[in-house]
This record gives sequence, C-alpha cells and structure tokens, in this order.
Amino acid sequence: MDQTVAPPGSLADPGALGSVPGAASGPPAKLSVLGILRWLRRVAGVVPFGVYVTLGLLLPMVAVAVGAFQNNSGGFTFSNVKAATHGVYLHGFWQSIILSLLASVLPGIFGLLIAYAIYTAKRGTVLRQVAITASGVFANFGGVPLAFLFVATLGASGLATRWLADLGFNPYDHGFNLYSLAGVVVVYMYFQIPLMVLVILPALEGLRPAWREAAQNLGARTWDYWRHVGGPVLLPSFLGCVLLLFGSALSAYATAEALTSGTIPLTSIQIGSFLNGNVIAGQENIGKALGLGMVIIIAIAMLIYVALQRRAAKWLR
Amino acid sequence: MATLSQRSAERGALPIWRWVILLVAGVYFLIPLWAALRFAGVRAFGSVISETGFTSSLGLSVRLAIITTLVTIALMLPTAVYVHLRLPVLRRLLEGITILPIVIPPVVLIVGVLQIAPGFIKSTPYLLALEYVILAMPFAYRAIDAGLRALDLKTIVEASNSLGAGWAATLWRIILPNLTTALLSAVVLTVALVLGEFTMASLDLYQTFPVWIVVNDQTSGQVSVAASLLALFVTWLFLLAITVIGTRQSRRTGGGSVTLFTVARQETRGDR
Repeated sequence: MDQTVAPPGSLADPGALGSVPGAASGPPAKLSVLGILRWLRRVAGVVPFGVYVTLGLLLPMVAVAVGAFQNNSGGFTFSNVKAATHGVYLHGFWQSIILSLLASVLPGIFGLLIAYAIYTAKRGTVLRQVAITASGVFANFGGVPLAFLFVATLGASGLATRWLADLGFNPYDHGFNLYSLAGVVVVYMYFQIPLMVLVILPALEGLRPAWREAAQNLGARTWDYWRHVGGPVLLPSFLGCVLLLFGSALSAYATAEALTSGTIPLTSIQIGSFLNGNVIAGQENIGKALGLGMVIIIAIAMLIYVALQRRAAKWLR
Repeated sequence: MATLSQRSAERGALPIWRWVILLVAGVYFLIPLWAALRFAGVRAFGSVISETGFTSSLGLSVRLAIITTLVTIALMLPTAVYVHLRLPVLRRLLEGITILPIVIPPVVLIVGVLQIAPGFIKSTPYLLALEYVILAMPFAYRAIDAGLRALDLKTIVEASNSLGAGWAATLWRIILPNLTTALLSAVVLTVALVLGEFTMASLDLYQTFPVWIVVNDQTSGQVSVAASLLALFVTWLFLLAITVIGTRQSRRTGGGSVTLFTVARQETRGDR
C-alpha cells in the first residue's frame, strides 16, 4: 500500500506543505547539463502555475514583510514592529487570537458532527447533495449580508430574540450581545461550520468500513470502535482542520467590520483602517507590520497543521 | 455478510441522534435566512433590478467573474492534469500551496498587491480578477482534483496518445469532456467567490456587487438584503443542479456519485 497518497479531493491533505519536492523533482544527483535540461523539461508543466503564485501571492507577502521594516522614506526601522506589538495593536492581536480560537474549536466540533451525519446518510441522496452544495455556498458567505442576517435574527429586537423572550428567556437579559465577542463567534460559525464540513468530509470518507467490521468481529461496541480505532485515526485530521478554521477566522474582515465596526479591536480591521486612510499620516507602515504579525501567527498554525497531517497520512489515504 | 447488510440498513435509516444534529443545524442555518426574508419582504425582490447602481456594479462583478473563471481554468486544469500524470510527487505540494489563500488574510494580501502591482494594472478593476484567481484556488483546484481522481487518467491519456492525438488534442477532446461536472463545480464556486468578495474590492476602491450592497444598504436596506439573498439562492441552486445532473450522468457511465470535493471510490464502499 502506498501510504503517501492523499484522501480523495482532500482540502486537509496529509503533509501537504511538508512534502517539499525532494528526491524525485529536485535536480538529479549527477549534475550533468543533460540532467538539468531533462529536469527542467519535466517541471515545465507547472511553471505557469508557479509563476502566477509567485507574482500573485508570494511577492505581495514579501512586499508586506519588507514594508514592515521601512520608514516612510524607505530606510530601515524597527519602529513599526514596535508600535504593532504594543498598546491597542497588541490588544488587537490578543482579541483576534481569542476570537479565532473560539470560532475554530466550536464550529470544528459541530462541523464534525454534521459531516458525520452527512457521511452516514446514503450516497447520492437528496439530503447529502443539498448539505454539501449548501456548504460550498455558505462557506463563501460573509460580510454585511451575513451581519444583517444575524441582526435580523439575534439583534436586540431580532426574530429569534423575540421568540426566546416570549419563552421567558431573553438572551440580552443574560449577558448576551450580538456585538460582543460571543456574538461575533455565533455569526462566524455561519461560514466556519460549512467550511469544516467541506474539509473534514474527505477524512471521514477515508475511514474504511472494513476497519469497523473488523472491530465488530472482534467484539467491539460502537464506543470501543471510536475509542480505539476511529477516534485516533481521525484526531490528527480533525485538529488540522480546526487549525485551518483558525486561519480562516483570523483573516475574516468583512463580517467583523460590518458587525462590530470598532467595538472589538481586531487586527484585520486595524489593517483595513490603514488602507482606508483613517490614520495619522506617516504611520502607514504600521499596517504592514500588523500584516506581518498575522502572517507569522498563520505560519505557526500551518506548521502545526503540517505536522498533524503527516500523522494523519499514516492511516487515511 | 450479515454486518454488511446491517450497515446498509444503518446507513439508510438515520438513527435518532443524527436527526437531532441535522435538526439543530437546520434551525441555526435557516432561521437567519427566514428572518432576513421577512425583513426584506417580497416587494423588495421586485425592485432590486431598478435600484441605482445595481446594473453597473453587477456588470462589473460579472465581468470580473468571467475573467477570473477563464484564467482559473486555463491555469489550474493543465497544471492539475500535468501533475497527476507526470509529477505525482508534486501533488501534495500543490495541495499545500492551493490551501494557502484560505488562511492568508485578504486584507494583508491586498496591502502587498497594491504596493507591487504595476500602475497600468492598478488603474483598472481587472487587478481584482487576477487576485481572485488566487483566492479561488482552494476551491477550484479541489473540485478539478476530485474530478481527475475519479477518472482512470493514465489509461485514457495513453489510449488517446496511442491513437495519435497530441497533448492539446488530448486535453481538449478527451480530458475536458470527461471533467464537465468537476469543471462546472469549479466554475460555480469561483463565481460564488467573486460575487461575494468584499474585502479586496472595497479596499481597492471599486464598486463591485458586494460593495454596492453595502453602499446601497445605507439608503435602502431591504433591497440590499433581497439582492444578497437572491445571489445566495441562485448560486446554491446552480451547484445543486450540477451535482444532481453530474451524478445521474456518472451513474449511467458506471461511475460513482459526484459531490463537490469527493468522488466515491466504488470498490471500497459497502453501501451500494
């Protein structure tokens, strides 16, 4: 069995980032001119993609990183980074991280349960197709329209708020507020849960029916199967997907801006305000230092993700 | 065999806890839609088209969506096919790179893009389309990849080559027709992304459809809500139609059922 093949169509692919082209795609050991030419010919097919990603993704990121260490005349300085890691900006990072943790773990758990319910439904049934296509659409839903949906539902005079108040439980009397951190988490779940369903389904598909049958033949009950077989196999994938959701929550901008418009200091909104020109002249590059900070947080999350997916790759193919 | 049929029965009729989960999910996802629908009212849907700025902003978004889709397919399809056939070792790296746009904040990306983009592109809205290609990669690549996995790519390409077809002919006349469903999913997901992307467009100061919805929201909120609900339902219906039709066609030719990112490997499943 080839254990390096990924689960079908997996968003959360085992060791995706970790497997930097090594032996097979790197230049051959014998550095002959012919060998290099042959290698160049082999990778020629991925060159357009490589160039596009370099220009559209890599270079802008490098530009942000470089700008973080420049003053307005282009000289080298640490003052942007220093400003970005103090005061209101440091507070913004903490708020962003707390929000992203909540808005990745909770939808991660719910998303897993929903994905499992979909997975156990028969293939090709309406329920399955409706749920999966809806996930594809809702995962891309956000911004002002999403904020509006929840103002109309859980705002102070929203539909669900009134229903709950009629039942004698007004959430606003119990410390809930749509414009607080908890409220934003509830709203983020609207696109995070569908994203989780999309990324975790391939891992669930990788669970072999044969394993369950083998466990049952050995006398395992459902609980035993999940405790000793299914759970351990799924855990790295699950944690990897949660990290992905963490990144997605951290980078959300439109929804947060529409909903809180400054009531919660979040790093992505602070960066946006630098672009909108709502800052004192001469401080534009602090925005880039904030951007660099976000990229570093994301990079740490992705490194853990890679390590976890390597473990997942052992079983899920 | 007993366990197999027992499993099938189990999978057919959902046990109670699965109904509970799906019910809770249904409540969470449908009530906000219902609340918004009630707020907007039926009449708002009729007046969406006549609203000022609607046509021009939707027109811009549609143009961006067309360019994004064309570039995405032209870039991702040959790359994915090539990697599947010639450089399978690069497949994981490719999946790793294409996942990045989900986690890299668009707000950071646009800062860098505006800094390095040459002036002649920066002065047009089409810079957005070029960046949307990057943002669409996670979804587009996975849809295409799932389609390619479901094919016996190697065999059909060898058959095509041995019959004298060149690479271009194989791609155009053999692979493309076999990937219709996967490509359609990729297209709809890409269009959904472009029609909903707000962050980059607003910070690049162009009034695309989602930006218009926000601007217009201040003057006539109900119409804005109606417009965004319309966009959501239309995209979803398209996706649903594609997977249902795709599955039907795939069944006819003996393939597995088609979903967005996963294609069943028939031999490993016990439920059919």
